[in-house]
Amino acid sequence: MTCDTSYDVIVIGGGPAGLAAALSARAEGNVRVLLIERNDSLGGILPQCIHNGFGAVIFGNDLPGPEYAYRYQEQVEAADIDVMLDTMVMDLTPERDLYAMNATHGYLHFRPRSIILAMGCRERTRAQIRLPGSRCAGVYTAGTVQRLVNIEGYMPGRRFLILGSGDIGMIMARRLTIEGAEVVGVLELLPFLTGLRRNFVQCLQDYDIPLHLSTTVSNIIGGQRLEAVETVRVDEELQPIPGSTKRIECDSLLLSVGLIPENELSLKAGVHLDSRTGGPLVDSTMATNVPGIYAAGNVTSIYDLVDYVSKAGEVAGRHAARYAGAAGTARGGDAVEATVAMRPGQNVGTVIPQQVRIDTTGREEVTLMLRPNALIERKVSVEVWDGDRPIISFRENYSRPAEMMVHTLRAKQMQALAEANERELTVVIQ
Amino acid sequence: MQPKEYDVVVMGAGIAGAMIARALSRYRLRVALVDRANDVGTGASCANSAILHSGHDPSPGSLKAEMNRRGNELWHDLVHELEVGHRWTGAMIIALGEEQLPGLEKLLARGTENQILGLEIISRAEVLRREPLLTPDVSGALWTPTAGVIDPFGGTVAAAENAVTNGVSLFLNAEIHDAVVSDGALVAVQTTAGEFRARWFINALGVHADDFMHLVGDRPDFAITARRGEYFIFDPNRVQVQNVLFPMPTDKGKGILVSTTAHGNTFVGPNAEEVADKEDTTATRDGMAEILEGGRRLIPSLESRDIIAGFSGVRATGNANRDFVIEISAAVGGLLNVAGIESPGYVSAPAIAERVEGLLRDAGLEMVVKPEWNPHRNARPAFKELNHEQRSDLIRRNPNYGRIVCRCENVTEGEIVDAIHSPVPARDYDAIKRRCWLGTGRCQGSFDYPRVMEILSRELDVPMTAVTKKGPGSEFLARTTKG
Repeated sequence: MTCDTSYDVIVIGGGPAGLAAALSARAEGNVRVLLIERNDSLGGILPQCIHNGFGAVIFGNDLPGPEYAYRYQEQVEAADIDVMLDTMVMDLTPERDLYAMNATHGYLHFRPRSIILAMGCRERTRAQIRLPGSRCAGVYTAGTVQRLVNIEGYMPGRRFLILGSGDIGMIMARRLTIEGAEVVGVLELLPFLTGLRRNFVQCLQDYDIPLHLSTTVSNIIGGQRLEAVETVRVDEELQPIPGSTKRIECDSLLLSVGLIPENELSLKAGVHLDSRTGGPLVDSTMATNVPGIYAAGNVTSIYDLVDYVSKAGEVAGRHAARYAGAAGTARGGDAVEATVAMRPGQNVGTVIPQQVRIDTTGREEVTLMLRPNALIERKVSVEVWDGDRPIISFRENYSRPAEMMVHTLRAKQMQALAEANERELTVVIQ
Repeated sequence: MQPKEYDVVVMGAGIAGAMIARALSRYRLRVALVDRANDVGTGASCANSAILHSGHDPSPGSLKAEMNRRGNELWHDLVHELEVGHRWTGAMIIALGEEQLPGLEKLLARGTENQILGLEIISRAEVLRREPLLTPDVSGALWTPTAGVIDPFGGTVAAAENAVTNGVSLFLNAEIHDAVVSDGALVAVQTTAGEFRARWFINALGVHADDFMHLVGDRPDFAITARRGEYFIFDPNRVQVQNVLFPMPTDKGKGILVSTTAHGNTFVGPNAEEVADKEDTTATRDGMAEILEGGRRLIPSLESRDIIAGFSGVRATGNANRDFVIEISAAVGGLLNVAGIESPGYVSAPAIAERVEGLLRDAGLEMVVKPEWNPHRNARPAFKELNHEQRSDLIRRNPNYGRIVCRCENVTEGEIVDAIHSPVPARDYDAIKRRCWLGTGRCQGSFDYPRVMEILSRELDVPMTAVTKKGPGSEFLARTTKG
């Protein structure tokens, strides 16, 4: 097996992060870019997301998922970027040896100058939330059902119960109703909605689908196929309340219980992960700890809007191309002047990027993506603390775990970071 | 429907039935293997600890002790003959605290009486060296070097395939609903796949072996209790033990263990709960808490968030001194019962088959060896196990191996198609899962379901809506969408 060293940048994953990364890498200069996608088409999860809600930030338009993907796909096809579909990356080393395979070319070995990890995420399953009961047919993750209905054209049941008030769950509640199925309700273990409020209004309220907060599944009943689900209410400690069990007849149970970044390849390459996000620790150029390996999108942390996934992909693409030695840049990337770490503090679950490269020239803006972990329905202040004093602050109308906060660090804020005493700053919501 | 005529009908295609059918396939006999499910090995054989026990534990002098020791010996050759995934890891019985140390001596004495080779008590330091994740409370262990772990699905499938290749007729979806006893002898069983007539019927019906005995008027005193055991499997990227780790046994059994598997995952389980419904393999909130707590007594760092799968199975515990029953019926002619085969049933299965063979021979069944009998069964390629060059080579020969269907376990379309067209064909999702380990990883099939449905539909030439998870009644899809 010969090693192909002709590519400067290889992007793993042709979803929104990978598409944007490939384009921005190619736009950065005269670099050879290869985009590898395991599915038989580009776009990642977008082609099955036939609802709208995509593109407001990037295109200034409210687009359905396939349209959003198509706009990127067209650009990629026009941009002298090599694309391999139906191709699985099997192995990746810290030295950037990349092994991939497909039915046409067999087993392939590449060693590009830089790599962008854009593998996205997968759904949490029944086992991960330890749902008790029978292992009958009729229990699916919401994304699987979305694919079956929107791509394959099949309905996996007639009467559905949905566990989890995440966005895909609510969107599927509406979709299944439109397709003529009965959706008997959406259960949420937590005392609050975990998906976006607009999806609650547009997908559940508008279709009279009840949402039951502080409620979960306590038993799955059925021999060959699901027959019924037992539900139970939970207290503040999320423990079942005795006597609150109800039996709901249904032939399908949909799980929308969270997403997990897909990082098996990252681990093989020696990339360090953040235990909070489940994804690589990245700096503001989306560089990981392994030289020449970058990461962007849901592989780093779960986003709620695709537009910001694309934006992260753009950043990763640009810097990966520079690292690879795009024309006019020094191979090995920009010299790192200094970095500061961003640690989540009070009411903050995660921060991306975890490290900010200080650039006071104003050329590089850095977008901070914060995931709150507290529900606060009033005006709040987002602050970056240097030891015992806040050095940057932003205002937000509320703090909801379902909605990421997005703030751009411009020249003024960069200056504040440059002047900070500590190398590790804390981000809080108050 | 014409009755089907055989010399021997083996009822129940679990590991015992499959091994018996394979043993009989060596002779000029017409043998049928029948099971009510859509595949072989869907009962206790597919939901157990998958350990090839050394045989130190059963009561000396019991049939269990004899079958276990001999079975372990036979499996050492069989894993090669049948090409079944396995690892001879050895096992450790862990003593916690000074108070459990004397128990190790008793276990050693019992194991020695059972003629188990290589038993050794090892020190706390040595145990911790071999298994660093163990609790610091460990005070020593009994080391049993001949124990191992096996792919439990693979073993049953391999034995059944080898039987079929050597001429055994396999009938699936054949649920027994009645039997014909004439002049004190069993002459026929009636199933959903028609009537089977034979000179000998082998009852290897697992938790239902007693029900069949009672149906034909044999041993009304004998009863099987289904004891359910629950299990969790952990993400191998997060936690890995190297050995089979037992706690000290109690009168309830071998206890909740933590063990590596043939595939290098780590599992914890089982608990032991008597269930009224013999089919009750549901997982319960209490059971799941019990096994996690039990596992943490040995490996304190087990975290519930690292669990990737859970399952449960029922063991067939008989009431004849809790020993195995392997005997020609005294009351009903033409019936040989293989009943109460709880743990260590899997490891004992080849010895049970050997014993059944002997009993039939002694009872006058003429057994002429077929010269063409081939004991060897070739495993199909498992893509994940191959190196880069072998993978490359395989894809060149058949591009189907170049398409990964299961992303976590790297199962290819080629392997799935192979399984569907194998001697014991996989005809549903779970049957493919048992043969290829697809959908057993982190995503638990979320990504592969639609692809596997398509492949099953295409290869079996049935509509998508007829594709099932585990046979009729478990269809995945209700209808097409409106468009």
